[in-house]
This record gives sequence, structure tokens and C-alpha cells, in this order.
Amino acid sequence: MNYNLNHIKELESESIFILREVASQFENPVIMFSGGKDSILIVHLAYKAFFPARIPFPLLHIDTGHNFPETIAYRDSLVEKLGAKLIVGSVQDAIDKRMVVEEKGFNASRNGLQTAVLLESLENGKYDAALGGARRDEEKARAKERFFSHRDEFGQWDPKNQRPELWNLFNGKHSMGEHFRIFPISNWTELDVWQYLAAEKVDLPSLYFSHERDVFEREGVLLADCDYISKKPEEKVYKETVRCRTIGDMTCTGVWKSDASTVEQIIEEVATTRMTERGGRTDDKRSETSMEDRKKKGYF
Amino acid sequence: MSQDINSELLRFTTAGSVDDGKSTLIGRLLYDSKSIYQDQYEQIKQASERRGEDINLALLTDGLKSEREQGITIDVAYRYFATPKRKFIIADTPGHIQYTRNMVTGASSANVALVLIDARKGVVEQTKRHAIIASLLQIPHIVVCINKMDLVDYDEKVYDKIQDDFEKFAAKLDVVDVHFIPISALLGDNLVHRSDKTPWFDGPTLMYYLENVHIASDLNFIDVRFPVQFVIRPYKEEYHDYRGYAGRIAGGVIKKGDEVMLLPSGFTSTIDKIQGPSGEQAEAYPSESITLLLEDDYDLSRGDMIVRANNSPEVTQDIEVMLVWFDGENSLRSNGKYALMHTTQDIRCVVKEIRYKLDINSLHRDQEDLDITMNDVTRVVLRTTKPLFIDPYRKNRITGSLVLIDEGTNNTVAACMVI
Repeated sequence: MNYNLNHIKELESESIFILREVASQFENPVIMFSGGKDSILIVHLAYKAFFPARIPFPLLHIDTGHNFPETIAYRDSLVEKLGAKLIVGSVQDAIDKRMVVEEKGFNASRNGLQTAVLLESLENGKYDAALGGARRDEEKARAKERFFSHRDEFGQWDPKNQRPELWNLFNGKHSMGEHFRIFPISNWTELDVWQYLAAEKVDLPSLYFSHERDVFEREGVLLADCDYISKKPEEKVYKETVRCRTIGDMTCTGVWKSDASTVEQIIEEVATTRMTERGGRTDDKRSETSMEDRKKKGYF
Repeated sequence: MSQDINSELLRFTTAGSVDDGKSTLIGRLLYDSKSIYQDQYEQIKQASERRGEDINLALLTDGLKSEREQGITIDVAYRYFATPKRKFIIADTPGHIQYTRNMVTGASSANVALVLIDARKGVVEQTKRHAIIASLLQIPHIVVCINKMDLVDYDEKVYDKIQDDFEKFAAKLDVVDVHFIPISALLGDNLVHRSDKTPWFDGPTLMYYLENVHIASDLNFIDVRFPVQFVIRPYKEEYHDYRGYAGRIAGGVIKKGDEVMLLPSGFTSTIDKIQGPSGEQAEAYPSESITLLLEDDYDLSRGDMIVRANNSPEVTQDIEVMLVWFDGENSLRSNGKYALMHTTQDIRCVVKEIRYKLDINSLHRDQEDLDITMNDVTRVVLRTTKPLFIDPYRKNRITGSLVLIDEGTNNTVAACMVI
């Protein structure tokens, strides 16, 4: 029998199954949309899963106010194209309302503040499932994450007490006030994501492709120069040809020296690189278990 | 790291304890396929130094704080690597009896089980337990790695004795395809490269085996089973009467024009269209997520099943299963009621009878002590609130499996395989 479902199709099928399961099991799901390639992939897969009907989930963007301008432009055009509903949770508003307090100092970042805003947005919208683009190959705490990840009424993750997931059976049962984080692309690697996006010819934000930008170096990581980061006197700004491997807030997303200007060149680069994509994330470097610590409190 | 877009996906599970070299083996596979990144490597090196150790590859898989503190793997960790031929997903699970439920979870989706034996110790209780779980969960292929061959001077007699012992034990199990490989995870013998220390061994290296073992026929291509997962109704002008049945094929090959039967109604219809992720397709295979359109206007809903006419699963409310109990707080209650998930059905059941408890070290069937606590394996009879469409687990891992859920805590408390 000539049967050959390649690994990318297999992953696609698994993710579509998860997305349909979410639409079936939950009353009010939402897609956490960051504008990064992984959340773009989720939206693309959701489009396929429910075609020709509309995606049955709105998009939720937690806006730190420190975004790359390219991210916002991409987000708005995608939302318009899909006819989807966009909800924005603003970290700036939360700071103005004194719900959260801004970090101070040279490494100040709004990354941690996102958690409070995210949890508030989920509560306000009464969302019982929040879909995200986290992958298990990204980081060691994420390697233990379930597809359907239970959160208690405080939005906390209890990694030692996770529900077992067997076969095609995903248990999304929950009490009032609790919710689930859902990770449909858990089994994809960075390379899988790129290969798929290339094969599907998905339109991507320009930040992923090499471009010239003002940068400076901090603790071995290149950061994009912007008004949101206070620099030390010895941190000199210079021009460099760079691209982003992940897209987050400008204050914590490192950029990489790169000449990759097409998806094919990015795949080539990813296939030969010796650093994980989160190696450029200063938010992960705060301690050995900083991702696990943040996740327990309700981070993405 | 390189991978071809057309490569197959192979899922394998490992189980093991602290000293049998499992972490070293996985670390080695990742390292040799260049799947450990430099920053990961440096992070592990730093963490190892803080603990006063040489580089400890176990830290690569033991990601949680408590796992690092206790130096044990508690949960299932998923690892990824790829070679030009295949992409691999490792479900790395702890081997101790108190983590049987994690082993079962890892085994549920595996194509291959990798069983490690310490050449100095031979077949021990844990080896048997892993083999029994692999048999219970019907993992199609088992590869037994006889590790630490360097510590027994690569002695062929040691290897032969262990192979013989394992085969004698496996004869009592429901396992079909078993392979043996003498290795040293530490030194890399017969992992990626053939070792010159074992000239008497003419089988494949572990990597060659993993890259080439035939997995395409592990799925059931004969019996068409399509559990309806979600009904797509676009409510758009141009798709006025569109009613698509979305789901993932659990068995069989579905072709446009096929005559099918709908369960539970028993009505028949014909496949009008198969909508795949990239447009319409003429046929679809097991594990593909698709949307089916029927020629006739029947109103199916989630939980119904589309099957081939004259090839129906068993439709029944009385189900006999092998059950693995997961709950650490409560025992399985005879006459207890639980929520039950099977394919896309979500119903309730009552435990009518506990027949026996299976000792997963010795295969002994205990009919006296029927107190079923965490990690116990037992044979039980269930009665469901409504008919399920089931196949024996050994015939179909999807239509033959179900989980029980505690209605008070919402926790998944048992995994069941239909007999």
C-alpha cells in the first residue's frame, strides 16, 4: 500500500484534531495571539480546521506597549483578512490603573506584568480555554506540558499534578472559574514550523527576515535599540543586519545577526544553528527554572 | 540537525530508572544527531558544576525543579530529534513501579518501545514490567538494548543469556516484533556506528533500526472507523446547505463514492466529498484529520460514527477491559460511577465487576485482593449509560481505548483497553 503521511502532515492532523476538540469541549475559547510565528501557525491551522466556516475563536493580544511596530501592523491586517474578533489586553492600561507596578532598572521588562493582564483578560472575557503556540522543544519546563493544561481558579499550573493524556482522549472537564491552556502545536519543533509555513506559503511579519536595524549588545545578546530600554553608558548602538527568531516585547527579544531574507534561507539557518531560539530571550535567563516559575503563576 | 519534509514520524517510549543509562542513551541520541543546542549544553554544564558533577545529560530531560532536586524523572518528558530519514518523538518516562501510570501514558501513542537492560544485571523485575506494559498497550515493536556491554568485556555469552531469558519471558506476552542490540550508551557502541568490539553481532545499530523499522502498517487500514468530532455549519450564503462532519480517521481507508453506514442509526449513505487540510482529496488514511460530506441529508452529531457498510464495530453497553488505575487519592470503587471518554463520546459508566488484579512483575492474577490503588492493573466489566462503538484494543488502538474520569475532581483516573 502506498501510504505515506509525512511527519509534517501528521503534526498538522494532530493539531487540527486538538483545535476541533477545543471547539467541541469548551464554551468560550480564545486564541492567545502574540504576532509571532507560532501564534500565526495556530491561526492558520484553525482556519483549516473549521473551513469553510469561520474560526470559532476570537484572538486575544496582550499588548505590553513595547511591541515592535511591525507586529501590530501584521496583527491588524490578519484580523481584517479573517474577519476575526480581536481583544487587546493592555499592560499600559494596567500600569495606569496601578493594577501592576512597572519594573525598574536596566533589565526592566514588562514581560512579567503580562501575566496579570492576561489573567485579568481571561477572567473578564469568561474564557474557559486559552489556545497558545507554546512548543515542547522550546524550553525544559514546556517539555512536560500537556496539550490540555489545567489551570486552577488563580490561573496557576501545578506541574506535579497534571492529567495524563492517552491516545486521542483529552479531558477538558473543569469547575467554574478554572480554565485550560491549550497547546495544539506541542509536538512541533522550530524547524517543523518553518518547513510548514514555507510549504503553505503563509505570509509572515517582516521582522523574521533580515533587515538593518540599530542594535546594542547586553550580556551576549543583541537587542534592538528603542525608547523602552535604558542603556548603560558603555552600551554603544550600532547598525547591524539582523532578524528575529522569536517575536516578543522589544525589551526582551534578542535579534540575531543574519542574512536570511527568505523562508528557505531561514530553514537553512535553523537547520544548522547551534543555539535554541529562546537562547536570545533575556526573560528566560533570569534563573535556571525561570520559565517553570512564571508558568506556575499563569504565564503563557 | 537536518530533516526532510517528507520524512516519517516515529514515536518511541523509553522507561528506566536512575542507573540503567537511559538518560545517557537519550543524551547520546540527541547529541549524535546534533539536536542538543549549544546554549542547552552550556546550561546543563553550569547546572552540573553547581551540583559538583561532571556533565550530567539527565538534566536535559529532567526539567522540573522537583525532578532536579530529587534527581529523578517524575513525569513524561517529550524530546525531539530528527535525522535525514525520520523525525523522532521520545516519550521519556520514569521506570519505577510508582510511575506505572506515566509509563502507560508514554506507551499509549508509541510505535516502538525501547527497553534497556544492564548487561551486568540481566533481566530484572523492571525489565519485565516494561515488557508487560508494552504488551498491554500493544506497542507494535520492542527493541531491547543490552547496555553497558563495555563493563562485561563485550562478552557474547552474556548477551546471548540475556536475550534467551528475555525471550522466554516474552513468550508469555502478546508481543510480536522484538529486536536485541548490544550497546554501550556511554561509549556509543552500536548506537549510530557499528562497534568493532562486537564482531559477533550482525544486527543493525540502534539508529539504523529506528530509522528503518517498518511502521506504516502498524495502523488499521481495513476497518473504516470515523468518529464524528465536530459538525461544520458555515452559515454563509455560498455554503447554504453545507454540513461537514469533521474528525480524525481511526481506521480504514475512506474513498470518495464509498458506501458507508452511520452509527447509531444504521442508515447508509455515500461519501460525496472529502475535504482535507489542503483542499478536496479523493481518499484519506488513518490518523488524517478531514471533513466528510455525505450525499444524503442525515443529521449526525459529535459522538456518532461513520463506518464501512457491513463492517461494523461492536455496539454495546457492556464492556470488558484491562484497566490501569491512576488515582493516588482513591481506590477504584466497585459499583462506582465515573465519567467515560471514548473516541468522541463523553458519557457515564458504572464498574460492574472487578475480576482480578494483575501483578505486573509476575503476571500473576490475584482474585482475592481486589483493592485497586494507584498503578494497579486490573480486569473489569463496565456498563455504560449509552451504547459505545468499540473494537478490541489489539485490533484498533483508538476505538479500543477509553479513559475514566472522577466526577468529583474531574481528574482522569483510569486508562482502559477493550478486550
